[in-house]
Amino acid sequence: MSRIIYGIYDDESDLMSGIENLQAKGVKCVDAQSPFPVHGIEKLLNVPRTRISIASFMFGATGTTLALWMTWYMMVHDWHINIGGKPNFMFYMNLPAFIPVTFESTVFCAAHGMALTFLLRSKLLPGVTAPIPHPRLTDDKFVLHVEVKNESKLDETAGLIKASGASEVLMKSLQFA
Amino acid sequence: MSEAVNAKFEAVVRDPLILGHKSYHQMTEDICRPVEGKANKYWWTAFIISATTMTWGILCLAYTIGNGIGSWGLNKTIGWAWDITNFVWWIGIGHAGTLISAILLLFRQRWRMSINRSAEAMTIFAVICAGLFPLFHTGRPWLDYWMLPLPNQFGSLWVNFNSPLLWDVFAISTYFSVSLVFWYLGLIPDLATIRDRAITPARKFIYGLLAFGWKGTARDWLRFEEVALVLAGLSTPLVLSVHTIVSFDFATSIVPGWHTTIFPPYFVAGAIFSGFAMVLTLMLVARKVLSLEEYITIQHIELMNKIIILTGSIVGVAYITEFFMAWYSGVQYEAYAFQNRAFGPYWWAYWSMMTCNVVTPQLFWFKRIRTSAMATFVISIFVNIGMWFERFVIIAVSLSRDYLPSSWTMYSPTFIEVGIFVGTIGLFFTCFLVFARVFPVIALAELKTVIKKTGNQYKHKGVLHK
Repeated sequence: MSRIIYGIYDDESDLMSGIENLQAKGVKCVDAQSPFPVHGIEKLLNVPRTRISIASFMFGATGTTLALWMTWYMMVHDWHINIGGKPNFMFYMNLPAFIPVTFESTVFCAAHGMALTFLLRSKLLPGVTAPIPHPRLTDDKFVLHVEVKNESKLDETAGLIKASGASEVLMKSLQFA
Repeated sequence: MSEAVNAKFEAVVRDPLILGHKSYHQMTEDICRPVEGKANKYWWTAFIISATTMTWGILCLAYTIGNGIGSWGLNKTIGWAWDITNFVWWIGIGHAGTLISAILLLFRQRWRMSINRSAEAMTIFAVICAGLFPLFHTGRPWLDYWMLPLPNQFGSLWVNFNSPLLWDVFAISTYFSVSLVFWYLGLIPDLATIRDRAITPARKFIYGLLAFGWKGTARDWLRFEEVALVLAGLSTPLVLSVHTIVSFDFATSIVPGWHTTIFPPYFVAGAIFSGFAMVLTLMLVARKVLSLEEYITIQHIELMNKIIILTGSIVGVAYITEFFMAWYSGVQYEAYAFQNRAFGPYWWAYWSMMTCNVVTPQLFWFKRIRTSAMATFVISIFVNIGMWFERFVIIAVSLSRDYLPSSWTMYSPTFIEVGIFVGTIGLFFTCFLVFARVFPVIALAELKTVIKKTGNQYKHKGVLHK
């Protein structure tokens, strides 16, 4: 049965060199937790590029469509009023006046849709309990998640993690969503 | 190898942005201290004064609701005066927060990281203050939902999408909600830091809820940074659109002095100008009271002052351009409106505006002045006052004398109007003071990523690395 053990590093450069060191020895590093974004770690850990900006674009396109439909329906189709000698007969003739609302609606949907996607995708919601292997993880400690395939190799892997520059090795079991 | 491992000091010729010898843990300690410790007497004094002022404003608003806007000094000729002046002024102030957090992010300006959190908070509070004015100026604020495109009981009569006032409703509500989300998403990792440091169960529970279960895995950070980047990209045109649309309220009308194509860029520059002045006013006090001088350094103040010179000069050029166009267009009403501004009965408002906005910021060309905290504080107050007068001159003075001399009149505010305005200042500072005690005022996680590139103790190492 495989399990995860945690290597604690004191600096992001120790973490990065630690990962390279361990990977060279065939140890499987699955994830890392850090108090701030460590650039380049996603390549080492083979984390694919996020597609959240594509989601944002699609939410934005939805916002544009909704606003165009809404202005057409309310101003041109359902009840067109002649305000100050400026009637609302044709959608394309009034379109310039609808641009500001269309723009705002696009930004509104793109921003909020993306923010919600991010929260749901990263399982961030009020009431969620965070799996925190080390209490100073959000302060100045860097945690590497190492997968151990075989229980018998536990001590050996812990030794390798220690040798790669980790200050501590923790054997906890935490539930990661 | 990665950028983080090879972290080099940004550029050897640049001064460090974070002073002192800071480790990651020391940064956490410094920035969490105002949240975790007890408030000092300066905080309580400021809080009591602003909360009292806010209460006065609430009483004046209650009086307005009970008696209608007849309790304000508005009349048939001047239908927009203090209320809309204050609205435009506050909205403008909010713009600096988004400029710092979004536009400077796109330009990769690392110095923004010490000030973006509090500037964004300032944006949100300023927009709340701004929003109050049009909401109460409707006279029947309980019917404000009529501004939303809802089907209603009068047949399906909809809101008018051709009107700049409705564009304002959309622009400002989008601006407010997007700024709020941008600010809060940035706060999540720092709230998690406070959660993990919490000693009392109550604090652990509350910050646990607020931090949304943040765990900081590689995937989380990847998404977090992508979201911040895309939100910055969305907020940049958004912030420009907001003041553009506010200026359309005036520019699309036919009132002489309002009907001008220069308004959108002129209003946006003025907004950033006044916003930076307010950021400086707040930061200069906050860095002292919260002892954050090593994070918000004189260099930060100097950089903001440079933006003030730039935007202040743009505003100055816009004033002159308006005058030139009034003459060059040959429209007699336009020419009269501008002559009236400078030499009519409201000359004092015009010249206060010119002095505060065009003359005083030019003092920042002197390095001694732009690197002095005291001088900056005084000039930032001048700019705040000047920008308030700019809005007053554009709005009330233009209305006071338009096409029909028989309806020319003067305007003076009632104590209720003054009370509401002063009350919003109280509200703004109350919100900011509470924010400074509840949330970390500096974007801690973000700042940790640049300590090796901008911190004092790494500058020397950067030289060695080369």
